[in-house]
Amino acid sequence: MENLLDIFVKSVFIDNMIFAYFLGMCSYLAVSKTVNTSLGLGIAVVFVQVITVPVNWLMENYLLKAGALSWLGEEFADIDLSFLSFIMFIAIIAGMVQLVEMIVEKFAPALYNSLGIFLPLIAVNCAILGGSLFMQEREYATIAEATVYGFGSGFGWAIAIVALAAIREKVRYSHIPAPLKGLGSTFIITGLMAIAFMSFMGIKL
Amino acid sequence: MNTNSNAYIFIYSSVLVIVVAAGLAFTALTLKPAQDLNIEIEKKQNILASFGIPSTPENAVELYSKYVKETYAINAAGEKLDLEPSKVFNTDLKKETVKPIDERVLPLYRAEVDGKTYVIIPLRGKGLWGPIWGYVSLESDLNTIHGAVFDHKGETPGLGAEINKDWFQEPFVGKKLFDASGKFTSIHVYKGGKGASAMAGDTDHGVDGISGGTITSKGLEAMLRDCLVAYEKYFVQNKQ
Amino acid sequence: MSKNMKLLTEPLNLNNPITVQVLGICSALAVTVKMEPAFVMALSVTIVTAFSNLIISMLRNTIPTRIRIIVQLVVVAALVIIVDQILKAYVYDVSKQLSVFVGLIITNCIIMGRLEAFALGNKPWPSFVDGIGNGAGYGLILIAVAFLRELTGSGTIWGFQVIPNSFYAAGYENNGLMILPPMALITIGIIIWIQRAKVSSLIEK
Repeated sequence: MENLLDIFVKSVFIDNMIFAYFLGMCSYLAVSKTVNTSLGLGIAVVFVQVITVPVNWLMENYLLKAGALSWLGEEFADIDLSFLSFIMFIAIIAGMVQLVEMIVEKFAPALYNSLGIFLPLIAVNCAILGGSLFMQEREYATIAEATVYGFGSGFGWAIAIVALAAIREKVRYSHIPAPLKGLGSTFIITGLMAIAFMSFMGIKL
Repeated sequence: MNTNSNAYIFIYSSVLVIVVAAGLAFTALTLKPAQDLNIEIEKKQNILASFGIPSTPENAVELYSKYVKETYAINAAGEKLDLEPSKVFNTDLKKETVKPIDERVLPLYRAEVDGKTYVIIPLRGKGLWGPIWGYVSLESDLNTIHGAVFDHKGETPGLGAEINKDWFQEPFVGKKLFDASGKFTSIHVYKGGKGASAMAGDTDHGVDGISGGTITSKGLEAMLRDCLVAYEKYFVQNKQ
Repeated sequence: MSKNMKLLTEPLNLNNPITVQVLGICSALAVTVKMEPAFVMALSVTIVTAFSNLIISMLRNTIPTRIRIIVQLVVVAALVIIVDQILKAYVYDVSKQLSVFVGLIITNCIIMGRLEAFALGNKPWPSFVDGIGNGAGYGLILIAVAFLRELTGSGTIWGFQVIPNSFYAAGYENNGLMILPPMALITIGIIIWIQRAKVSSLIEK
């Protein structure tokens, strides 16, 4: 339990997808103009992360990793399919996004309308694939850890985009040198936010 | 032709999957020997470095066969296991370190340099973000550390990642695993800066940690303790 | 031919994928601490962009529109796996430093962006050139950022020390902040600022 909390706090604050790894920057920059839309995208990312990271964890541990196929019998124990992991992960992500889209559309039309346009975009959001790849690299031991990591990293991403959108709504009224307007200032603001987030690094659990 | 009919989509995706899978399997199989060789060379370089022999990827294999005389494994009771050296070399420490100590296969390397014998022990543990690993070489008293190397997968650059730098590894030289009364104490990694006063009273077992890399330092200390304690019986029985 | 030249040179400045099109920031900035990995990353992205553009352009009339995205992802993922395997076999050191970021080339928005915007509607040769141009434009920024960060952060260029020891003796210190992630964002922000100050047509309103 303590371990899970540890993973959660680390993945939200210290190991933040945006501030520490720059993942999902494209949509982060493109969608962060207003708080409402960024909140929608943030929720969608959390949603998809919570589903894809554990599913990819199962893939990794029961299909791809060296020796992962040993549950099929002794003769499969030596097979190492890890070279297929990228393609497998991205296929799972694209498939899951499609599935989530259909389920949400059927059972929660209101949510679908607010998330609608963002869901298909998420398949190519680096933060999602990044979550699965980090899960693979860090070799989480149980599916619970993987799920918590998925939730934490999605949540951290959502916090980052909502905070940036709030700042950008305010900055719109300030005087910025013309060449720095828009993209340039957004980069610098993100950099400053990242420095602020670095102060979480001392957290010890 | 109608490219949107179900039959077409089905055939199209099947062909695509088969072509891609065949291409990837071919690449993976062709490049596998070169990749495995890289991993083997890196491991040999690490082992060489742990007893102070610098090497390059080109001469690592040659130097390794020159200095490393024996590769074998023991169990926690200190008994030698009957395993092929190549199997011992490829022991999966990740699997071994999670087993109870009594069931572990414990690999050892014996090296001879200028008439002196060193015993090298592989280590593996957890840092802040992921696995960390390393090798320590012991002098023939199986107590004094002759050298140590550590490496990591994704520790924070400039902080935890410093464990693979010389300044961090050098202080390990000369430290002792057992205290004066013969009790297994392993090595303590003190918190950078603040821990200095505590470290001063612990010259035999204490080394300086990394300021800002506390979790990695602690993980490294735990790795040393947990991996080395399994060898305790062997050390006591075989020291010279 | 002049049209092809334009495809090659425009992304270097006027239509730069990072600073103007805002694509592909995701996976790359974390590898700009040192020049060497940045260069390998830039090269890998260029190769993947060029060849995926070429392949998709050749297939463009046969791809069923309904599964267009997934076909693109499969082609890109396959190319990335090949690049990853080659890196692991021949430049093992660099591939260790790049770790998960090679895999993240798959979701690099430049690649998907160029496939959608260019390769699906153009002949193979121009698509190939377009891929090289965009990869190079991306690489240019990457290497520029890496150059600045390595010089100020570690006092080296491509691993060779360039700041003389006498500087250190006189009290010069490497700027540790430059190695940390936030400074990559701020460096890009400043590069954008300089570029827009020179090319006023790019200024956002």
